Amino acid sequence: MSLPEVLLKDVSKRFAGAEHEVLRGISLSVERGEFVSIIGPSGCGKSTLLKMVAGLSPCSSGEIAVNGMTPKQARELVSFVFQDATLLPWRTVERNVALALELEGKPRAETAATVAGLLELVGLAKVHKSYPRQLSGGMKMRVSIARALVTRPRILLMDEPFAALDEMTRDRLNEELLRLYAEQKWTVLFVTHSVAEAVFLSSRIVILAAHPGRVAHQVRVDLPWPRTAATRESKAFEEQVTQASRLLRGVYQG
Amino acid sequence: MNRKGLLAINSVVVLACLLGLWQGLIQINHWPPYILPGPLVVASALHDRFPSLLNSLAITAEEAAGGLVASIVVGVTVAMIFAQWRWLRQLLYPYTILLQTVPIIAITPLIIDWAGAGIFSVMIVTFIICVTPIIANTTQGLVSVDENLINLFVMNKATPAQTMFKLRLPNALPNLFAGLRISSGISVAGGLIGELFAGSARVGEGGLGYAITYANNQMEIAYVFALVLAATMLGFSFFFIVMFLEWLALHNWHESSRAQEAE
Repeated sequence: MSLPEVLLKDVSKRFAGAEHEVLRGISLSVERGEFVSIIGPSGCGKSTLLKMVAGLSPCSSGEIAVNGMTPKQARELVSFVFQDATLLPWRTVERNVALALELEGKPRAETAATVAGLLELVGLAKVHKSYPRQLSGGMKMRVSIARALVTRPRILLMDEPFAALDEMTRDRLNEELLRLYAEQKWTVLFVTHSVAEAVFLSSRIVILAAHPGRVAHQVRVDLPWPRTAATRESKAFEEQVTQASRLLRGVYQG
Repeated sequence: MNRKGLLAINSVVVLACLLGLWQGLIQINHWPPYILPGPLVVASALHDRFPSLLNSLAITAEEAAGGLVASIVVGVTVAMIFAQWRWLRQLLYPYTILLQTVPIIAITPLIIDWAGAGIFSVMIVTFIICVTPIIANTTQGLVSVDENLINLFVMNKATPAQTMFKLRLPNALPNLFAGLRISSGISVAGGLIGELFAGSARVGEGGLGYAITYANNQMEIAYVFALVLAATMLGFSFFFIVMFLEWLALHNWHESSRAQEAE
């Protein structure tokens, strides 16, 4: 069996000075190419978990391996998509997307070509010279995704990327994300509050319980690929959502 | 007619009314010009002494601009050092506040003792009163960066220099300009205070502050008024230049300029 892409072994997290643990005994193995959603009540440490996999926050005990390396060593393979687009407001769309390559010191011509191709791919070619404040929430999020993809990551960590968007925009972006996922075959850890979004996107859903954050259930999503807008209208989709919702409700009730 | 045009006409009308009231009060009460000169007398003093007024104006402008530019260079540098090394900020920040609370009038004679009378001393005085708002505001902007933007730079292995110049510094630009607005307004005042003490290095070459003291001693009150008007206009033009630079730097992306557009 090949090495798991992301492996968490009995990981716990307690913030300095805090009385209680945020996360306790999290064990999770994610295979290459899996799309795993993490869902759970507020305060269950979903975002903290993601930051730990990115090496932005150390774990208090346990071990995290990303492609067999420590999270910090593995950063080159990983891109993070933050809640809210978190763009640099003083940069145009294309210069926001180019950021990572610019920091690496890649030649300008090469960067420009990569960025142009990527903007085409996410449907932003027309607004490449616009500033973030001129864009809608959905477009800003596309820029944010393009920025994450510019380094050709193997692993995407997404922290409630579409939470602030209206439902129609969110559905559209979900479909586009899956189209890109089918092409580029990343491994994805996707934090969300929405059961329907988790079911639509994922191959597996991890349901966390809170206080302290721990894995309560894992659900495999057996919906056929490729998934499109029509998938949401299928009976199988509805059943999966109902099942996951029931498990999540159990977690909320404690 | 659009609202801007109407506003401009209204401003001119208000100004004319104020000047008329001023002149009228003097006519009715027969106040002598050495107590309160009327606008017409001031205008004629302005006209007669225009070359020497312009000369004083140029000197003060040079002093205030020199002090202001020095305060920007030093202030931004100090702010970047404070943002980079937290312990240095905690250690030294109180002293920058001290620099502002020290009574500048009290130490101006000392500065002149050390640096000699003349333009350079006045620049130092201007620098001292201008630098604190720039340090305080710029530091604030450099350290209050969205945590996730910092994370983004960390994920992409940015060097400290890249994080400073591509993230913190642009993030601090609106704050820098807020400080600069304050400093540009008080820079002329700093120049005048300096000149009250430093006088002039060479006879007849003093700036506005020096000329005001001199004219006042000579009971040339109308010329004092003309000089005060010149000083006011100088401060106003500094402020205007800063506003323009701020617009240039921020209008593409910052929320403050969107608010202005919406008006």
